[in-house]
Amino acid sequence: MNRVVITGLGVFSAAGKSIAEFWENVREGRSVIGPLTIIPTDDLNVKIGAEIRDFDPKEHFPSKQLALLDRFSQLGLMASRQAIADAEVSFDGEEGHRTACIIGSGVGGQQTLDEAYYRIYAQGRKGLHPFTIPRLMISAACSQIAMEHGITGPAFSIASACSSSTHAIGQAFHMVRSGMVDCAVTGGTEACIATGTMKGWEAIRVMALDTCRPFSKGRTGMVLGEGAAVLVLESLEHAKARGAKIYAEMAGFGMSSDAMDITLPDAKSAARAISGALADAKMNPDDIDYINAHGTGTAANDMTETRALRIALGDSVAEKAAVSSSKSVFGHALGGAGALELVVTICAIGDRVLPPTANFVEPDPECDLDYVPNQPREREIKAAISNSFAFGGLNAVLAVKPFDG
Amino acid sequence: MSSVESDVFDIIAEKSAVECSKLSLDAKLKDLEIESLDVVEIVFAVEEKFDIHVPYNANDQELEFDTVGDVVTAVQKLVSEEHG
Repeated sequence: MNRVVITGLGVFSAAGKSIAEFWENVREGRSVIGPLTIIPTDDLNVKIGAEIRDFDPKEHFPSKQLALLDRFSQLGLMASRQAIADAEVSFDGEEGHRTACIIGSGVGGQQTLDEAYYRIYAQGRKGLHPFTIPRLMISAACSQIAMEHGITGPAFSIASACSSSTHAIGQAFHMVRSGMVDCAVTGGTEACIATGTMKGWEAIRVMALDTCRPFSKGRTGMVLGEGAAVLVLESLEHAKARGAKIYAEMAGFGMSSDAMDITLPDAKSAARAISGALADAKMNPDDIDYINAHGTGTAANDMTETRALRIALGDSVAEKAAVSSSKSVFGHALGGAGALELVVTICAIGDRVLPPTANFVEPDPECDLDYVPNQPREREIKAAISNSFAFGGLNAVLAVKPFDG
Repeated sequence: MSSVESDVFDIIAEKSAVECSKLSLDAKLKDLEIESLDVVEIVFAVEEKFDIHVPYNANDQELEFDTVGDVVTAVQKLVSEEHG
């Protein structure tokens, strides 16, 4: 089996449109949650989110290409351009056939869908734009990324709500590890700030009106954020042969299903996914110094995730590890969240800094681990995991470690 | 029984394992096997029925409903505030 390394990173998020800007904001715990401006909020109860400001797609895409791009594809393409340029990898000829493109998204082209339904039901128009379906399909971002970069190997989308991009990266990792492909462009994207989608989230009554305070007492729920992150994974052999720089080693992937409830999480099943990732990585619980948590800021998730970490790692390891939620900074990007948070985890390893949980007010007795409240901390990280626990009990955990040659 | 009370009883009965005639104001939602997602549905149903907005958040214990009576009282208050 191949060892798998990460050789390219790209992000397009409310917290930054480049890795440098993104990591600085996340590392310093500068929350970018604020009033929504890209959609009208008059009829919304939840008027906050983490949206990408000052982004004019016309500056980045020719009009013919743009006509086919929902916002979630635009964000995915922006992140993929950075990751592929960063990796300095080429997909010419056989290289393209030996590269996979696996992209997660929870809901696909929500803005396109919202505008289409508004046109029919509110405006009473008879027809829709012919590109409606190619824009909104959940695999559109994957196809657009593959087309723009000439990636001609296995390509598909994965949808598992808030775990989509973690499942996507895990799948890509397995494909490179098994030797099915040499290289993979993988990650996730979500542009969930559309009026109909926001109304849907409001209705489920788990949204905060102030801000996102994971694991903190006084937390009142989650805040949506939009964003995309893309990574380039390669077999170590392939990376070495072309002299690529290596950020970290992808070490393990674990999955599980609660098979219990469509919204409530289950600690034991989440713990199985964590233990599965460690076993896959041939790691012991006490190898883990840092956990980038799913940490949505809801009462149910944060308490359950804390219990899951105690079950999987054991009390003493869980208590000495650092846990933080980057959703406090850039909101919950649903199908894009896992990829954004894996990028955070890789930057934390490289920079030897634990990024904090922002907006933390005071400890909650039911969340009793070290959540790195508000201030970053210098610390060497021997190994780390990034957790994603989706609605419907679909759990996915990735384990990464520094590359040691 | 007021009309608000009887309408709320109908809505809760539909979501619970108990017949409307056997519901009482002090019955606990938990004992009626009403789970968190059911409460969200009940809140939506009363909002639709009475054209009100209930500031319910599943993460905020101060906004939680413990009993059938808690729901009735909240709805009566909001109806009189918003339509009184």
